[in-house]
Amino acid sequence: MTDTSLHRSLPDRLDKPLKSAVLSWESLLVLVALGIFILNSFASPYFLNAWSLSDLTFNFTEKALIALAMALLIISGEIDLSVASIIALASTMMGLALQYGADTPVLVMVGIGVGIVCGAFNGFLVTGLKLPSIVVTIGTMSLFRGIAFIVLGDQSFKGYPKSFSWFGQGYVWWVISFELVLFLVCAVIYWVLLHRTNFGRRIFAIGNNDVAARFSGVRVERIKFILFCLTGLMSGMAAVLLTARLGSTRPSIAEGFELEAITMVVLGGVSILGGAGSILGVVLAAVIVGLVTFGLGLLNVPGIVMTIFTGSLLIVVIALPILFRMWRQRA
Amino acid sequence: MNRLLKHREIFLFLAILLVLVLVTARFPRFAQPGNLLTIFNDTSILMMLALGQMAVILTRSIDLSMASNLALTGMIVAMTNAAFPGVPIPLLIAGCVVVGAALGAFNGILVWKLDIPPIVVTLGTLTIFRGLVFVISGGAWVNAAQMSPDFIGLQRAVFLGLPLLSWFAIVVALLFWVLMTRTPLGRALYAIGVNPTASVYTGIDVGRTKFYAFVISGAVAGLCGYLWISRYVIASVEVAGGYELTIIAACVIGGVSIAGGIGSVGGVLLGAIFLGVINNALPVINISPFWQMAISGAAILLAVVLNARGERRKGRVILKTAEGV
Repeated sequence: MTDTSLHRSLPDRLDKPLKSAVLSWESLLVLVALGIFILNSFASPYFLNAWSLSDLTFNFTEKALIALAMALLIISGEIDLSVASIIALASTMMGLALQYGADTPVLVMVGIGVGIVCGAFNGFLVTGLKLPSIVVTIGTMSLFRGIAFIVLGDQSFKGYPKSFSWFGQGYVWWVISFELVLFLVCAVIYWVLLHRTNFGRRIFAIGNNDVAARFSGVRVERIKFILFCLTGLMSGMAAVLLTARLGSTRPSIAEGFELEAITMVVLGGVSILGGAGSILGVVLAAVIVGLVTFGLGLLNVPGIVMTIFTGSLLIVVIALPILFRMWRQRA
Repeated sequence: MNRLLKHREIFLFLAILLVLVLVTARFPRFAQPGNLLTIFNDTSILMMLALGQMAVILTRSIDLSMASNLALTGMIVAMTNAAFPGVPIPLLIAGCVVVGAALGAFNGILVWKLDIPPIVVTLGTLTIFRGLVFVISGGAWVNAAQMSPDFIGLQRAVFLGLPLLSWFAIVVALLFWVLMTRTPLGRALYAIGVNPTASVYTGIDVGRTKFYAFVISGAVAGLCGYLWISRYVIASVEVAGGYELTIIAACVIGGVSIAGGIGSVGGVLLGAIFLGVINNALPVINISPFWQMAISGAAILLAVVLNARGERRKGRVILKTAEGV
């Protein structure tokens, strides 16, 4: 058994389009999503209802927004465990701004601004000081939420204006919420960015072999820095949405979001070792996680038990293709 | 390299001493032997957990599930004690170690046989184990009244002036020292971290060694499950929530490299004690406990920066001019 990074290889011939589309990770995810959708509609009579389905989307949009940027970051071979703490800090700063009489546009700018600053801080430590991102972001995970605790203690901020609440509770049209629209728009932007631009190709190049990428003229450090800033930006956006939806800020806000965002990314077929993945997969994985948690919620399964399902889903979905490959090699 | 490591341990020791001196300057009672022993006792569980984590991190892996493992074995042992108060405590402790090791082995098997990255495996089991605590307990607590006096009293019994909890930490630390410096398995753990490919050529089974590392961290987490529950005399779903990060923090502050292959038992012990001293000093100098999280975050970042200066690998320097845009 050798180190996993050793037998990563690039194909010298691509599969035929149709065959590879049918056998792809994404089509497996579509099947899983459909299966869970059908199970849900049998399990609860309240599931197949436009408003139920609309509520369902609130289960995953905030985390999925982060997962989009996290996917790019993980493909480039880094990781950010501090995203949930960035939400906590951004939300706290929005609450502070509110105390000084900030109105809605300022609140949104504060939230997103804090997110970008936190992301840039992570990015600087990783690319500027050349530190491993997993430890850096474990550190900033404590630091960012720690600052939120220093500011808030056991208090909370409340009283956000109505126009601000719209970001988390408003609907653009009928049952289509602002959160969902924002997520879909961002998903398209990230899809174009990753799959249709030079920048996206460079992310894959860095993830597969950062030394070779550097020799090919890719500015590895700069791209990684931008990706950390993007992850911060998305966390800041998620902070705006979540704060607006909950209508209050506590220092423990969004606890555990980082694990769910990473679960979505990995479930979506992104290699945790970097170098492979797709936005479509991440979007599908987000929908699956949302379907599972919402379906279990309709069945009155407590939240903590749901985490068993998401945890198992993560391991099983990763393990199945590996077991399948081992079984085929033996046959 | 060896001199460098010693250097780091001395540095850490001085940092701890500095905190002690600063606090004692204002509150003379802080550095009294009695209080220092209390701090050591308070930190015992963290020390053991961090040593278990080190065995895993050395192999370029990470075990995020230790705190959940602790909560699950803790709940099992507490419920067992509540249901069958007659079962002797040493047997319960042995059971904890076995259950913990089995949970660790589950992580290890997935890493060894299926080659799934450890961070993914333990991220999954982190949530699964904690979910299972809820499933087996139904969300209920086991409190002091349901536990037998022996169950609670064992670790508080004093032997040669120290509570048994401290002795547990001392014995575990000695075992780890022997394991890391005097056994082939210890050598293999370091070898894999330094260079997995070369380890294969020298005849080390990388996957199997990683498996052993996870069994070790699991067994330690299991043992600490009993110790934690009997110390805080409450078993619930929330036990040690988020503690996995504190464990990793102790390792990183103690000089363990997250890239594998670097770390020492002494360093990890000092790293844990550093966090313990800080946590004990904050209330004394009247800083709100809400500062604790931010301070340990800052300590982690500082430690990583210091670690990185010592362990930068020479091979990478070649490209410095190429990237110096």
